[in-house]
Amino acid sequence: MTDAIAHHDEHRDDEGSKLGIWLFIFTELLFFGGLFITYAVYRHGNKEAFHLAGQELDVTIGTINTVILLISSMTIAMSTTAIQKKDKRATLVLIWITLLLALAFLVNKYFEWSAKIDHGIWPGSPLLEELGRGDTLFFGLYYFMTGLHALHIIIGMVLITVILARVRNNRITHDNFQLLENGGLYWHLVDLIWIFLFPLFYLIA
Amino acid sequence: MSSSQTEPKGYKSYLEEDGGRKGIFKWILSTDHKRIGLMYLYAMMGWFIIGVVLGLLMKLELIAPGKTLMGAQTYNATFTVHGVIMIFLIVIPGLPAVFGNFMLPIQIGAKDVFFPRLNLFSWYIYVLGGILVIISLFGNGAPDTGWTFYAPYSFKTGTNMLPAALGAFVLGFSSILTGLNFIVTIHRMRAPGMTWFKMPLFPWTLYATGWIQLLATPVVGITLLMVAGERILGIGFFDPAKGGDPLLYQHLFWIYSHPAVYIMILPAMGAISEIIPTFVKKTIFGYKAIVFSTLAIAFVGYFVWGHHMYTSGMSGTALWAFSLLTFIVAIPSAIKVFNWISTMHQGSISTEVPFLWAASFIFVFMIGGLTGLVLGSLATDVHVHDTAFVVAHFHFIVFGGVGFAFFGAMHYWFPKIFGRKYDSGWAKTGWITFFIGFVTLYGPMFYLGIAGMPRRYFDYLDEFHGPNIISTFGALVMIAGFLIILVNLIKSARQGERTTEMNPWGGTNLEWQVPTPPPLENFEEIPVIEKATYKFD
Repeated sequence: MTDAIAHHDEHRDDEGSKLGIWLFIFTELLFFGGLFITYAVYRHGNKEAFHLAGQELDVTIGTINTVILLISSMTIAMSTTAIQKKDKRATLVLIWITLLLALAFLVNKYFEWSAKIDHGIWPGSPLLEELGRGDTLFFGLYYFMTGLHALHIIIGMVLITVILARVRNNRITHDNFQLLENGGLYWHLVDLIWIFLFPLFYLIA
Repeated sequence: MSSSQTEPKGYKSYLEEDGGRKGIFKWILSTDHKRIGLMYLYAMMGWFIIGVVLGLLMKLELIAPGKTLMGAQTYNATFTVHGVIMIFLIVIPGLPAVFGNFMLPIQIGAKDVFFPRLNLFSWYIYVLGGILVIISLFGNGAPDTGWTFYAPYSFKTGTNMLPAALGAFVLGFSSILTGLNFIVTIHRMRAPGMTWFKMPLFPWTLYATGWIQLLATPVVGITLLMVAGERILGIGFFDPAKGGDPLLYQHLFWIYSHPAVYIMILPAMGAISEIIPTFVKKTIFGYKAIVFSTLAIAFVGYFVWGHHMYTSGMSGTALWAFSLLTFIVAIPSAIKVFNWISTMHQGSISTEVPFLWAASFIFVFMIGGLTGLVLGSLATDVHVHDTAFVVAHFHFIVFGGVGFAFFGAMHYWFPKIFGRKYDSGWAKTGWITFFIGFVTLYGPMFYLGIAGMPRRYFDYLDEFHGPNIISTFGALVMIAGFLIILVNLIKSARQGERTTEMNPWGGTNLEWQVPTPPPLENFEEIPVIEKATYKFD
């Protein structure tokens, strides 16, 4: 058995595991794709209402969160470069920054959502029913899509925490950093989805 | 029976290799692709028995008009749970999870799949999905939406449909991860010299299937989550009262669930393409045609979902486009049938059990496929939509196609998997009984559908009584056949005559060049592939 395990390690195939994460990213894109189609269909049917509802959202917080995610994408990419340059300290610092930025994103999201809920807007709320179908669909999609995206942020944070621990105990090193790169790719995906959510909900109002 | 070698038992087979674990932990902690394949087999066997019992209950209810066994609500729950179990727990994982796991690495000359631990994880997700389906049976009554969970009824019904829908979501996740694993395995782990076009056809079909699993399953995943959001939060995505569109649900659902039938049938076609050359001792006719038609089915299969919705309300243009595409997707399947028949032409056919299953597969698949065209053309579909005709067509393809191929593959690879022989006399008796029962069960339903008997009702008009009696009788015969097959296989797996013969059928692929049963990592030394597969001396 020990022989067998040693044999597996020998056959490490970084290209293969990178292919794996790319395929997983395709899956995620189609997962959100279903929601983007739903958004497109309902926007087409409720142009006026979507237009007005979009103006209710706080562009400032949205912009700040966009910038936060873009920077976090940069820091995780930089950590991949740092590990290749054998700079473990910089790698750790950059991963920490990524994690903190992700947390900041969630804190912002929390305030944004609670402000909306304070105004009486949540799925199935009486106010939404009063506002009509377009608003119901817009905010339904808003909560569902940004909520699912926030869930992906949390999953990404768990993944990055695992990576952080592995960099610390030297299981991710300059010649074995595929997990870090894969984590980075996943994080870019989470970033990318937000890049689409941001204009769809906040900007084209 | 040429080239039958006997390997002296100077090695430890995967069944003896326990990784230092005891009892059930030998299985549930093992990342060996062969053990995982068998774990899927055993889980699916249990589910299948439940699904068959539910199917039998429906046929018994339909033996006479009016209420015989159960009322409307129970009948609705029965066909829903029957569908959910059969579709999501059996035919979708189906051949890839069992034989794909067991045979794919061996057939491409690899020691395991690329992500062995992810493979075991997929099995656990599969079990979790099954548990959710079981949970749905308790509480407010079993779900009664049909396996399609159509909106808006799926969030209006008082029954416990949410766990079933979440179960389907979770099972989809398992399916995605298996597909991902197989694609990476095929890309990265083929033995040296095994170019794409030297790869056997079963891995090819698993490859095409893997892409469908990856790219189609997430769409139904998000759709089922949206239904959950609808039920839990009352969001209103598919609720007309809140501005939502139930038709959108149908589109999103079928964008996955039509390609899903190719997830089911492609690996079945792959298994048939393995069995036929072995038993006619001839190279497969048109290897490349089979490969490209497999890829064509996977590709075109994405664009035909609308044919489930001819009567739901779509534009006329969409209707004829979907109808045209449906006819186009039939072509590659027909190409395969021609290839199989041409392979048999002038071959030396030996009618062993796996071949009988393969031949009867072609028979039922043809009937299922051609009646599919009746449903694919617009005018006739309006007439037979939502009738027993659809049920007959569907069961000829999915049960006849996938089921027959599964039994064929089971009898083909059985000696390799278990290192034991089965009783081929009983296997043949089981096959002929099953086959006769199958045709008697589903054949009359074509007539009933055309005569106007709707599906999914516990009751029917008196004029449909005769064919329904025949159909129920067929169900009993088929189940008798199934029991013969099941008892024979289980008994043989436990006490059958041991065999270490490497190549009992005279097959040409790599699985027949490893010891029986295979050792833990299949190959002592990774083979180097020089010649194309399916070459008989």
